[in-house]
Amino acid sequence: MQEKEVLYMKAVELENIVKTYSAKKSTVVAVNDVSFSVNEGEVFGLIGPDGAGKTSIFRILTTLLLADKGIANVLGYDVVKEWKTIRSIVGYMPGKFSLYQDLTVEENLEFFATIFNTTIQENYDLVADIYKQLEPFKTRRAGKLSGGMKQKLALSCALIHKPKILFLDEPTTGVDPVSRKEFWEMLKRLKTMGISIVVSTSYMDEAKLCDRIALMQNGQIMKIDRPQTIVDEFGKNLYAVNSANMFRLLTDLRAYPQTESCFAFGDKHHLTMKEDNPKMLNDYLTNAGHNDFNISKIEPGIEDCFMQLMKI
Amino acid sequence: MKQLFTFIRKEFHHILRDYRTMMVLLGLPIVQLLIFGFAITNETRNSAIAVLDISKDEATQNVITKLESSRYFDIDRSLTSSQQIEQAFKNGRIKLAVIFQPNFQNELMHSNNAQIQLIADATDPNQASTLVNYASSIIMEYQSELNDQNKLPYTINTEMRMLYNPELKGAYTSVPGVMAMILLLISTMMTSISIVKEKELGTMEILLVSPMKPAMVILSKVIPYFIVSLVNIASILLLSVFVLGMPIQGSIFLLIAVTILYILCALSLGILISTATDSQLAAMLISLLGLMLPVVMLSGYAFPIANMPTILQVISNIVPAKWYIIMVKSVMIKGMGLAGIWKESLIIGGMTAVFLLISIKRFKIRL
Amino acid sequence: MTNEIVIKTDKLTKKFGDFTAVNEISFEVNKGEIFGFLGANGAGKTTAMKMLIGISKPSSGSAEVAGFDVYKQTEQIKKNIGYMSQRFSLYEDLTIKENIQLFAGIYGLTDKEIESKGEALITKLNLQNESNKVVGQLPLGWKQKLAFSIAILHRPKIVFLDEPTGGVDPVTRRQFWDMIYEAADGGITVFVTTHYMDEAEYCSRVSIMVDGVITALDSPANLKKQYVAGSMEEVFIMLARKAKRGE
Repeated sequence: MQEKEVLYMKAVELENIVKTYSAKKSTVVAVNDVSFSVNEGEVFGLIGPDGAGKTSIFRILTTLLLADKGIANVLGYDVVKEWKTIRSIVGYMPGKFSLYQDLTVEENLEFFATIFNTTIQENYDLVADIYKQLEPFKTRRAGKLSGGMKQKLALSCALIHKPKILFLDEPTTGVDPVSRKEFWEMLKRLKTMGISIVVSTSYMDEAKLCDRIALMQNGQIMKIDRPQTIVDEFGKNLYAVNSANMFRLLTDLRAYPQTESCFAFGDKHHLTMKEDNPKMLNDYLTNAGHNDFNISKIEPGIEDCFMQLMKI
Repeated sequence: MKQLFTFIRKEFHHILRDYRTMMVLLGLPIVQLLIFGFAITNETRNSAIAVLDISKDEATQNVITKLESSRYFDIDRSLTSSQQIEQAFKNGRIKLAVIFQPNFQNELMHSNNAQIQLIADATDPNQASTLVNYASSIIMEYQSELNDQNKLPYTINTEMRMLYNPELKGAYTSVPGVMAMILLLISTMMTSISIVKEKELGTMEILLVSPMKPAMVILSKVIPYFIVSLVNIASILLLSVFVLGMPIQGSIFLLIAVTILYILCALSLGILISTATDSQLAAMLISLLGLMLPVVMLSGYAFPIANMPTILQVISNIVPAKWYIIMVKSVMIKGMGLAGIWKESLIIGGMTAVFLLISIKRFKIRL
Repeated sequence: MTNEIVIKTDKLTKKFGDFTAVNEISFEVNKGEIFGFLGANGAGKTTAMKMLIGISKPSSGSAEVAGFDVYKQTEQIKKNIGYMSQRFSLYEDLTIKENIQLFAGIYGLTDKEIESKGEALITKLNLQNESNKVVGQLPLGWKQKLAFSIAILHRPKIVFLDEPTGGVDPVTRRQFWDMIYEAADGGITVFVTTHYMDEAEYCSRVSIMVDGVITALDSPANLKKQYVAGSMEEVFIMLARKAKRGE
């Protein structure tokens, strides 16, 4: 009976969590009344810039920090009362996490396996995919690895004791796009093994790789949903505009009276209009002397949604 | 158990791979002792001394010749009055003055109580005591020669006076002092730094979120430095016995036992510091300024406690090194047994318990 | 003004023992350009940048920055460039004003200039009410904008930016790039590294380093054409995947 209960349990539940830090003069509200839940087997993303409160939430969930208000559960265990149990079943990769720089790749992994009462051999299948890439360098000191490799090793270390849930705090910060891509592919594989994953990132393009996301800003959640639903609820037509002189185009678009928002997006500018009339915009730009321009309607990304929400 | 073993092995990797720090830790006590050792053995040859001889008789001449013929002394003949001698002491021209009483020979032969006063410049206590020892043994030698010839017990009373540093802190304090300092440095500073380092690295977060018990983390941090401390003790004792010629009068096992007690005290102090700080720099400063300074100033290592203002004398009681130095001196130099040092052992044991208790209370299971 | 070359390297190389971190890179950067310097972690970007800003001596090859030689004239180079990195930008425990005074002073601005330029900078960034707050209390995005403004306060010929926007929110990130554009428009050459591939698109030209070698260098548009890719991210992944060095 209990087995069944466990199966339908939420992996993580937060209710009205508040956390403040008091500095010398001012108090900073790091987490401001946050509630959300993560289903078992889900990849849940906390998306937001530095200072949004992501790290505090991770620390509360991993029982390292006590919230001022609210309740939180991890796999049904209370983070305050049952912290000991939680600590033995979660895998955690802190944002600041550096491995032991003066230990080799293998020594690091072995060390973390042992303190979690296991061995590399016992759970090798779990980390095999990731660790295979590291194996050629296993006698190298962790301090001499590149950013991407370090992240892979850190993930292996967090996984080695076969946790039921993984907390990854900004695992891809400062990591190049190739390594980031590989990292997310690894997470996808872990998901198929039934591990729930809560991950945070400040790279908006990674949001679409999660099952559900919470968009965070200044300690508050602006929106929680599936990435696609959030995109669908953008509620406006979004246009991508480009021309030969992108910088002048940006100033001109911002000066356009019908412009609601306009942001540079790589090689295009993303634009929403008060009165949705691309033809009028076409005329405006022609008049402004842009000749080689192109306006096309596009589907917004999470970054567009995030910026739209930030303004409210 | 395997957790503990792995953790300790990891700590040894940290220690052994940081060559520079390790060399300092193992080399420092040796260098320090050798410096003291050579300072003692080298500088006592051909020291300038003054002789004030008012009686100018046969006996005084014999003593003076004996002093002069030794390789230790150079008599400055230009100094003939007590004023001149006093001035020479102030200038640092002489290190020792030998003063015969008037009618020396007469006293020696008839009242059997001739007086020689030895006045030494004790600003350098090691040198002063060595010179006084040399001079008085030369005088004793003369006395026994005299007695051999005459079969009559003549006695010369040598009265010693130490100028500027009457407590006479000599060579024998340097070994206990170095031991107290090195052990504190390694046990307290290195332990606190290595624990705080995990906080700085972010690895402490992982350790906390693991089944590893905090006590285990602490224990595995402490054991490696305990072992390094023992290595240091061995090298200090070997050096002091075989190079500096300072014998261990009492039981060596008792000496090691009290040393281990002191190491435990220092280690628990290190843990206490690590619970109070978050940065390696702060841990180091607290250990250095908060601990090394008292050891040097208040433990009786460099300055005699008896000469301090009352307030400092009271404060010196909470410096563990003070009690440790007393114990080492008692066992090593005076050859006392446990009965002579049980009070000090209890004090250090009590301090250790208090430090540990506070650390356990303060150790955070959260960030 | 047009086509004045401000950075010129020729077979610039840096070796650490038998490991070649930067292997004979040759490129030129024109005045007023925004030059994106991309590469995977460990490709040698940071090492190359250190040589250009005069804090690391090349093993071989030559390079001129702002007209000065990287071997002999590092002091002049340092006077003519600005530098800002993600890790170190400003002193967190000094106020905004104090930071401005400090850095402007280091670069030899007169008290009068510091006063007027500092004032203008604070007004421009809308920090009037915060100017006496310590920098540590500001949100990251503000800090980075402030750091950039300070880095170009002495009107350097070139400003080097090492991952300036990591972790910054999307709106502030764009405001940051507006500032970069403005600086470039004013004739300051911008040399920037980033892991955001959309930011690569904002650059006039982009170089991509793989295993210590520059494998591609052109405008984003041309690179996309050349590699038949829809975005710079695709171009980057195509090139960086070939990396053999598993540093």
